[in-house]
Amino acid sequence: MLKGLLEHVGIEPGRLHFSWISSAEATKFVEVANTVAEEVKALGPANYFIKKRAEVA
Amino acid sequence: MLEYAEKIRETAARLLTDKAVDVFIGYRKGTVPMMNEPVLIDDPAKVDTLYWDSFCALNLCNYLTKRTDKIGIVATGCNSRNIVTHIVENQIQRDQLYIVGIPCEGMIDHRAVLREVKQQEILEISEDGPQFTVKGDGFEKTLDKDKFLQNNCSTCTHHNPVIYDEMVGEPVEEPAETDAYKDVETIEGMAPEKRQRFFTRLISRCLRCYACRNACPLCYCPTCFVDESNPQWVGKSIDPADTMTFHFLRAYHCAGRCTDCGACERVCPVGIRMRQFTKKLNKDCRELFSWEAGLTLEQRPPLDVYNPDDYNDFIK
Repeated sequence: MLKGLLEHVGIEPGRLHFSWISSAEATKFVEVANTVAEEVKALGPANYFIKKRAEVA
Repeated sequence: MLEYAEKIRETAARLLTDKAVDVFIGYRKGTVPMMNEPVLIDDPAKVDTLYWDSFCALNLCNYLTKRTDKIGIVATGCNSRNIVTHIVENQIQRDQLYIVGIPCEGMIDHRAVLREVKQQEILEISEDGPQFTVKGDGFEKTLDKDKFLQNNCSTCTHHNPVIYDEMVGEPVEEPAETDAYKDVETIEGMAPEKRQRFFTRLISRCLRCYACRNACPLCYCPTCFVDESNPQWVGKSIDPADTMTFHFLRAYHCAGRCTDCGACERVCPVGIRMRQFTKKLNKDCRELFSWEAGLTLEQRPPLDVYNPDDYNDFIK
């Protein structure tokens, strides 16, 4: 439901991932980490729902 | 509608005189038209202030939280569902309550009425069956109630209270199915960029006054996450990201609990339609868990329980 609402308000599908990996599943961890990195890279930098640092002189 | 007011007064007087309840919660006429306000009455001599018409849209359930006395309360369909939610969440016990059910025909949207009279000041409003008349300086208009209902009331399928000890009238007919989620589906059809623009615009006028939170019967935390300063979960500025965080999280805290009573939208001083957040959650709850909040005392809310067959397609 959280993912549903986040995507509803405009977070791109692919920016948010959920996974359950046991400490014994090293290969799965590598796979998931790589997919996440690839998919997020493909989307490019996020500029929505991001608080920019205050610009001070 | 007005005959309900008389019945509410009679019931309140009876309950208070018999000492069946210590306090009776209802509405009284506001100081300006269309703005009825909640009132707590503990003296049978004062029941005449109680009132009922189509502008009783604030949620009285707010006044129940953690009370220890015996309470009589007026409840429409959505209010009664919030009472159920309160009982399920242990904020009040069922045996403390005497619920006076009202078959609700929907509440009138005061903003729609103001738009109709071009924002002129309304001095008097009177209801007569399916019509109501607004009067002001130099104008008088009779309007159809069903064309000016609040958005949530116009698609409501739970007009009658789900829990009550006594009803003030015959139950009204419930519409079988309404296209309540049409607006959510429109947004679901948009690309992410378009959704971002839609929601950024939606909340752009937010002042962070938290009226929506205060009017919501679900928001009873002793310290709200926005008021907490150690740790500071969310910035207090009107930076779009802070405002979005507030609206997003406020809505998410209502997931599986929101009865779509519309109090949040009604009280917003700048008219933000923040039900767009909660409605999406209500729609998902319905589709994923076949759940509508506050219909039964028997079942725990979906985010409260685990089932082996819960939806989990999003986990890789």
